[in-house]
Formats: sequence, structure tokens, C-alpha cells
Amino acid sequence: MAIADTSRKGRRRSPLFGIAKKTGSTLLTIAVTMLGLLFVTFFIGRVMPVDPVLSIVGERATQEQYMDVYLELGLDKPLFTQFFIYLGDVVQGDFGKSLRTGFPVWDDVTRVFPATMELATLGTLIGVFIGVPLGVIAAVKRGTWIDQVARVVALIGYSMPVFWLAIIGLMVLYGKLGWVSGPGRVDIFLEDIVPSVTGMILIDSIIARDWDIFWNAVSHIILPASLLGYYSLAYISRMTRSFMLEQLGEEYITTARVKGMSEWAVVWKHAFGNIKVPLITVIALSYAGLLEGSVLTEIIFSWPGIGKYITISLLSADMNAVMGGTVVVGLVFVLLNIFAELLYKIFDPRAK
Amino acid sequence: MNALRSTIFSAAVILAAGVSIAPAIAATPDNMLIIAAQIDDITTLDPAQSFEFSGSDVNRNLYTKLVGFDPADLSAGYIPALAESWTVSEDGKTITFTMREGVTFESGNPVTAQDAEWSLRRVITLNKTPSFILSQFGFTAENIGETIVADGNTITITTDKRYATSFVLNCLTAVVGSIIDSKTAMENEIDGDLANEWLRTHSAGSGAYTLGSWKPNESVTLIANNDFFRGAPAMQRVIVRNIQESATQRLLLENGDIDVARNLNPEDVAGASRVDGIEVDSELRGRLMYISMNQKSEILSNPLVIEAIKYLIDYEGMQNSFLNGQYTIHQAFLPATYLGEIDDVPFTLDVEKAKALLAEAGYADGFEVAIVVREAQERIEIAQSLQNTFGQAGITVNITVGTGKQILGVYRAREHDIYVGAWGPDYPDPNTNAGTFAFNPDNSDEAGATGLLAWRNSWGIPEMSEATLAAVVENDRDTRAAMYEAIQREHQQTSPFAVMFQKIEQTGRSENVQGLNLGGAITAVSYWNVTK
Repeated sequence: MAIADTSRKGRRRSPLFGIAKKTGSTLLTIAVTMLGLLFVTFFIGRVMPVDPVLSIVGERATQEQYMDVYLELGLDKPLFTQFFIYLGDVVQGDFGKSLRTGFPVWDDVTRVFPATMELATLGTLIGVFIGVPLGVIAAVKRGTWIDQVARVVALIGYSMPVFWLAIIGLMVLYGKLGWVSGPGRVDIFLEDIVPSVTGMILIDSIIARDWDIFWNAVSHIILPASLLGYYSLAYISRMTRSFMLEQLGEEYITTARVKGMSEWAVVWKHAFGNIKVPLITVIALSYAGLLEGSVLTEIIFSWPGIGKYITISLLSADMNAVMGGTVVVGLVFVLLNIFAELLYKIFDPRAK
Repeated sequence: MNALRSTIFSAAVILAAGVSIAPAIAATPDNMLIIAAQIDDITTLDPAQSFEFSGSDVNRNLYTKLVGFDPADLSAGYIPALAESWTVSEDGKTITFTMREGVTFESGNPVTAQDAEWSLRRVITLNKTPSFILSQFGFTAENIGETIVADGNTITITTDKRYATSFVLNCLTAVVGSIIDSKTAMENEIDGDLANEWLRTHSAGSGAYTLGSWKPNESVTLIANNDFFRGAPAMQRVIVRNIQESATQRLLLENGDIDVARNLNPEDVAGASRVDGIEVDSELRGRLMYISMNQKSEILSNPLVIEAIKYLIDYEGMQNSFLNGQYTIHQAFLPATYLGEIDDVPFTLDVEKAKALLAEAGYADGFEVAIVVREAQERIEIAQSLQNTFGQAGITVNITVGTGKQILGVYRAREHDIYVGAWGPDYPDPNTNAGTFAFNPDNSDEAGATGLLAWRNSWGIPEMSEATLAAVVENDRDTRAAMYEAIQREHQQTSPFAVMFQKIEQTGRSENVQGLNLGGAITAVSYWNVTK
């Protein structure tokens, strides 16, 4: 995982050379990762015992119609030739067409990814803003009832299947109490009213200044985002707690306390200041995990996101769609890694 | 104690985030119909290519055909639609339709005989999967210049031989019979594709609705065409939202966020029907559930074994348990409500009789057999029921479950033993099923007739194929019906098919929704006469 790679090679050379080298090696990493990803996905997809031609022509096609599509897809060519043709197209930005939807994969992915991104971002924000303080408090109040409660909350978050919580949440909060809105991103009859700019309804409705739709969208997203947030909170709070405990046991903390610093400053300035870097890694990983799309949550909430898209495509042998989706998820992972590395440089004085 | 406390805490976290953001009472607007359904099967809306259930549901509201059905009275059969009347030539091969005057497409262009000619010829030229519905009358890319011809306000179609007129007209009610606005379509042609790409995501018809949008796996939005020649629809907007889960559909219905839920399973039907303001409709559809035995197998091609297996199916047990309300027992290949239907039920579960037949066949100790089934809950449950009842007669069943596409691949390659299948009619004429269950003139592997169910099961039937062909050209309605009845009675006894059930579709709807008709066994849903 490149996330942990805080290497500081080449520091003695000229800074420009260092930057160029760093950029070059980053790009190379991206290229190699993507190529490997495509290669593996492609060959796994081709050995699956599902016939993509049947997905297109359907059950009633004649042999002649079947062969037309078979040849059109280039399935008669050797596997490696097929892979290189595909690779050539991808390099030119053409991910092919989804067999299942008939749309260019790129159009599909850019339609479904913002939906996942909206949900994952909100979920991660909830996870960070509740999980980090919870973890810090649990560490500081170690062994007290606060610590116990925090532990149990986190354990439940870990161990309770998110889809189960989702169903219960929907039944109670939407079905019985009516406090939140149901599945979908907005009420069905409000769909397609605000023009799609970013693909994220919360942002699009702000751009369009359509507050009815904005609040409607909020009432729809709050439950799934809270659930994903809870899941990410559980992880983040546990990690924060253990990072903090490690720091709080260090001698410099004792020194700071002896010096008469306020407990607030000891905890937040000294100890917390030192866990920022590993915490960024944890948050970035958790965010990346949510961005892959939480398939079950997306299915239960009828959320048209990328997890659901890739899963359904896979089941119908729609390999163009699977690969397009995989590439996007892979890219997101790599970009988040790079972003996390940039953050290290800001927060870790040694990395400057 | 800790666990309890923290459960309360976690609930509080979630609750606090979501308190009362939703409006108090949800209700859909009065002039909109909101439907939850599984519509992820749609891959195109081009009438020359669309061939899925959900696609047909959309098509019926966007396009009008030369002849059609009255949604309020399906039993009346086909009635004039864009064709006002028609005449049949002496030799029965030529039908001349006179077009209705004053009808316009959604673009405002008038509907002409030329549009009809263009649309029907286009189906043959594009040669997509459903094109056989028209090409079975002998139309080819080479002869459509003479066989499908517009002249003034009439259009004449000439078939290669004499067919029952009802057969031809029934086929013209199918999706491929849609009349498209040729001017608008051709303005959007790309590289000589006859607008195949454009019509995939756009409509150019003269139906009660126009296409607002289709987002794959998400939703279809229809906008009322207030110039529709039979009158403007009451519902100005119809939105069909793809909701996979039955439980979710029910939840939305009970909360008033949707008007109609189309895929409720038996438990949710039972639950929803107890709620005030919700009604459940049951409508008989055309889909049949059957099992078939591959005749390449030495054991399964033994007539005694075939008969024994038909006595080893617990028809009633399945109907009354997991298929409750969703399927009804039906043992012939023509769905009820079709011309020539029979309601004979010669087979019931009779283990002793089956054992005797197996002993007579030389399999007193049973044998081992594989059942392939796709991963749909009801089909797996059927396979398990078969495993149980077959076992009572000493037949050991291995069940192989796979995705629909995997299993279909095996079936088309004739590599199965026993297949659990479903079959829906393609057009509302008895030949749609007779032509596949009871027609296979060339059983060789080279024939590759993968579209024929009889071929897929390696069941060569030269004589029955003749009988099926004869029924297709018989013009007297009663004689034709009698011919199908005879074929089905023989088929029931001798074929390697055990037809078991016919589909009943249960729809949950808000009680203020009136006039929704799903299309019965013969056609698709119509929103035109729905009111709220």
C-alpha cells in the first residue's frame, strides 16, 4: 500500500529534480496499478462461464443473429488480441459500451459514481466528526464507563451487518415513524427536476436554488449516510483510541504535564498532533472503502451507485461495465493515496 | 447490560440525525402515476429490437400499431388502431389496411401509410432478435420492396403463403408492429442505422405517452401525449422506478410514496393486503413454468420414464405453498385465455404409479439425474420440491444452480438433463408457443435451432411439426382451435415437457388508482385509462 510509503529519498538533490522524479514515479505507479488491474479483471471476466452474447441477443435469437453479435464483439479473436484491442481503446478514453444498458460505460459510470460519492463523503464526514472525538475521549478516559460505552458502540458498528441495520432502520424510521424519507435519492416524482451538474443531488439542488428538493434529498440521504457513517465511525474511533493511547504513554506527555500544561493542550496539541498522520491513513482507507460502493446498502436504499452497478454488471457478464467501474474505483484508490501523501507533508514536519 | 445501553446509544445517534426531516404525510401528486417495478431488463426501446417484458410495457404506451387491443376489454381480441379497416385477398395471402385519417405522431407529423411501410420494412432490414415475428411470413430484406407496400393511404402486406388472418394480425400487435415516425427517425439516423441508436433512448410514436427519459436500471418517465387519437390520458406523467426488493416496494407503497408495486412476493402481498387503502389485484399472465428432459439422455428418452416423471411432480403442493397466489396449475403449452387453450390436468403427484412405470422401464432402483436451474428463488424451490418427490421413487437428483445466462448457455447447447424453465409468449397467437414447444422438423446438431424449445431438448418431431404448420394456415377459427387442442393433448402425454404452472401477477396498488390493466396473458400494461 503506497499510503504507508513516506519515503524521503532524493532529498539532497535539487528540489526540482526531486519533484520531477516524484511525479514521474507516481505516474508510473498509477499506470502499473491500472494495467495490472485491467489485466486481472479482463482475464477473470473472460473465464467466467457466462455468455455475454446471450446478454445482448436474448433467449430467442437465431444462430445467425447470435453469430453477428459474437463477431461484432470480437469474441472470435484470441484472448490476448482481445485484451490489446481493449487496452488500445481504453488508452484513447473509450471504455466501450455496456452490454446491459447499451450506453457507453463512461456515461454510465459518471452517472452512478457521483451518487456513491455523495453518500460516501457524507458517511465519512459523520465517521470523522463523531469517531475521532469519541476515540480521543475513550483514550483519555481509559477504563471509565465512557471508554466502555465507546467500545461497545464501536463493536456493534463492526459486527452488525450494515444491510441488517439498513433494513431495520428503514422499517422503523421510515416505515413506522416517518421521520426520514424512504429509498431513493429524492421522492420519485421529484426526480430529474434539477439539472445534473455534478451528479450529486445535494449540490445540484443548491446550484439550482431549489430548496424543496434539497431538503427532500437530505431527508433521503440521512439514513443511509448515517449507517455508513456509523460503520466508518466504529473503525475510526477504535483506531483513534489506540493511536492516542500509544502517544499518551510517551514520556513527552508526562513532561508536558509536569511542565503544568493544561490537560486540553496536552491531549489535543501534543498527543493528537502526533497521531494526525496515521489517522489520515485510516480515514483515507475508510473513505476509499465507502467509495467502492457499499453494495448491500445501495441495493436496500435503491441508491443508483457504483457498487450496485458493478455487481449487477458482473452477474450479467457485462465485462465492459465491470472493467470501466473497476478502473474508476482503482483510480479513486490511487488518487486518495496520493492525496493522503500530500497531507502527510502538511502535517508531518519531517516530511517537508 | 452494556450491550443494551449501547444499543440504545447507537439508536440515539442515528435517530438524532434523522428526526422528523420527512414530510408528515407522503402522497403522490394527483395527475402522476408512480410505479415500483423491476425494470433492469430493458436494454433498448427501439421497437425493432426491444424484446424484454419491461420494454414491452414501455412500448405499449409509446407506440400504436396497425391493430391493437382495448385495455378495458382484452377478451375482444385485436381491434382497429392506426388501421381503420382491412381487407383480405381471395387467396388469403394479401392484406390491405386503410389508414385512419387525422392521427399525428408526437412530433406533429401525420401518421401515413408510408410510415407504416417504413416501420415494418425496417424490422426486416435490421434483423434483430424479435424480427422473426414478422419474418416468419416470408418477408426478407430482398422481397420487402414487393411484399410490404404503401399506396396512398393504404398499406398492403403479402405473405409467402396463406396464413390464418388472425395469426398475421395477432403478430402485428406485437412490439415489432409499432408504427414509427419515419421523418423524425431518419433525421436522427447515424451511419445508415435506420435510427436504431437514436430510437434506443427516444420515442417517435403516436401512443398515449411520449418518452420523458429512460435511465437504465433506474427509471422510465413517460409524459402524456394529449393529442392521442383515443383521447388524452388522465395521468400526465408516469414514472416507473426500478426497485429490486419486494420488501422495499411494499414499504414505499404502504407509506404512499408509490401508487403501484409490481413485484411483491407472497409474504409482502399478504402483509400489504391487510393495510387500509391498499388493494391487491391478481391478473393471469402468459408466462408458463415447465420442466423439460433432454432426449439425448438414454434414460430420459424412455417414454415410460417421461411419463413417470410427470407423476412425480407435486403440482398442488407447490401451488399451495411457495407459489401461493403467484402461479396456478396449468399443464398445456398454450396459456389460458389463448385460442385453443385446454384446461386438462391429467397429472397429479402419484408416487406408486410412477414407481410402477419406472419398474416397467427397467429402473426399479431409480437412477441419478441432474436438474439445472437459474438462481431465482421460486425456481430453486421448484427444483428442491422435485428433488424430494423424485427421491421418493428412487431417483437421485443433483441440483445445479447458476445465473440465468449460464444456465441458458447450457440449455441452448443441449447439455442439460432436466431443465426448470419459464416461457412467455412473444405475440398473442397460439403459434407463439406451438411453434417452439411442438415444432422441430430437423433435430440434428447442425440445424442449430436454438430458438426452439423442442430442439433444445433434442426432441425430433416431424409429424407434430407438420400438424403445427397446418394449424397456422387454417383460417376457420373453430377448426384452428380444435387443431391446437389436439396437438396439446398429444403433447401432454408424449412430450419431454411437463408444463406445470401459469403465472398470476399480483399487483399492490393504492385504492384510489383505477383502471390499471397489465395486459393479461396477451399484451403489456397500458396507462392510458388509469385514473386516480
